[in-house]
Amino acid sequence: MSASEERLRALLARGLSGEGAAYHAFLGDLGAHLRAFFRKRLARIPDDVEDLVQETLLAVHNQRHTYDPGQPLTAWVHAIAKYKLVDFLRRRARGDALTDPLDDELEVFAAADTDAAEARRDLAKLLAELPDRQRLPIVHVKVEGLSVSETAQLLGMSEPAVKIGVHRGLKALAAKIRGSS
Amino acid sequence: MNTDDLVRMLATGVAPADTGATARRYAAAILAGLGAAVLLMAALLGLNPDLARYVSLPMFWVKVGFPALVAVGGVVAAARLSRPGAPLSGLPTALIAPLVALWALAAVALVTAAPGQRTALILGKTWADCPFNIAMLSVPAFIAILWAMKGLAPTRLRLAGAGAGLLAGALGALAYALHCPELAAPFLGVWYVFGMLIPAALGALVGPRVLRW
Repeated sequence: MSASEERLRALLARGLSGEGAAYHAFLGDLGAHLRAFFRKRLARIPDDVEDLVQETLLAVHNQRHTYDPGQPLTAWVHAIAKYKLVDFLRRRARGDALTDPLDDELEVFAAADTDAAEARRDLAKLLAELPDRQRLPIVHVKVEGLSVSETAQLLGMSEPAVKIGVHRGLKALAAKIRGSS
Repeated sequence: MNTDDLVRMLATGVAPADTGATARRYAAAILAGLGAAVLLMAALLGLNPDLARYVSLPMFWVKVGFPALVAVGGVVAAARLSRPGAPLSGLPTALIAPLVALWALAAVALVTAAPGQRTALILGKTWADCPFNIAMLSVPAFIAILWAMKGLAPTRLRLAGAGAGLLAGALGALAYALHCPELAAPFLGVWYVFGMLIPAALGALVGPRVLRW
């Protein structure tokens, strides 16, 4: 577990300074840990696990500026994962269908599970519902991998507007997830 | 979209994270909230005409210092409650210490006063308006601080809302102290505290709804 902590913390630190490859590795590993964590907690509703993994990864990404590098990554990730789990259960009002949702014994980094199931909710569909000023910057910058300036030229937007579109669009996507389930 | 696609999407074209956001958001919210409270106080209630004389009185500085200390504790509390997993230890002590000090002053004042004077020390002349005015002056800060918090990541929403409300209440009380004619510690220990607790309670009430992310 502490090996995971150190490895992921180093990857996140590089990711936060803008290194895409390190950040990719961080999110990939984190997803596997989250999957194992949620699978244990949602043993009786396994079909919802992948949706919650995706929702939590998006939340981690959107709130990544709240991580303090001096703080244990475990504590930060665990608080977010637990918050998202409780929020999810409340939304579903299926508090009876779970096993031990709130005990603190299980750490997020205690196990990893790379065997992803299909998500029930399709994020691509929710993405398509976003307004163009958010959707198009996300499609060009985040999906097709164009630079911000290329996207700005292509869309006839300013570079700050492209960045804001990506930022607000991903937040709006998270809000749609909360509203959709 | 499967999870690998999502991870790839999130990691593509990722910009350096804005790690100064917490400090910047709170600084903006506090400046705006306190500034608006002072303006509201001056416009609706009026500056204390005796303020020039008051600044030489130690009790005036107790009246300003108490909400200022609560505000300092409140800022730390709000900032910690906005970061997932940040430790909260030490916060209750930091928030309660100014209250204990004020109540100690109030106890001394009450014990040394003539029995017939004690009620007047507690009620002053403005007890009926004070808590309401403090709560009213804290409204801009309340909104601004909840806005700041919502852009971060509070995970204990009721507590975070209460912390935001307490900070707003302390800022409201700080502005109100420039209008308020009262100088007795027992008065402050009851009505200032009550006034600051109104937005704190309101924050606890609305936190779970407005702070969700």
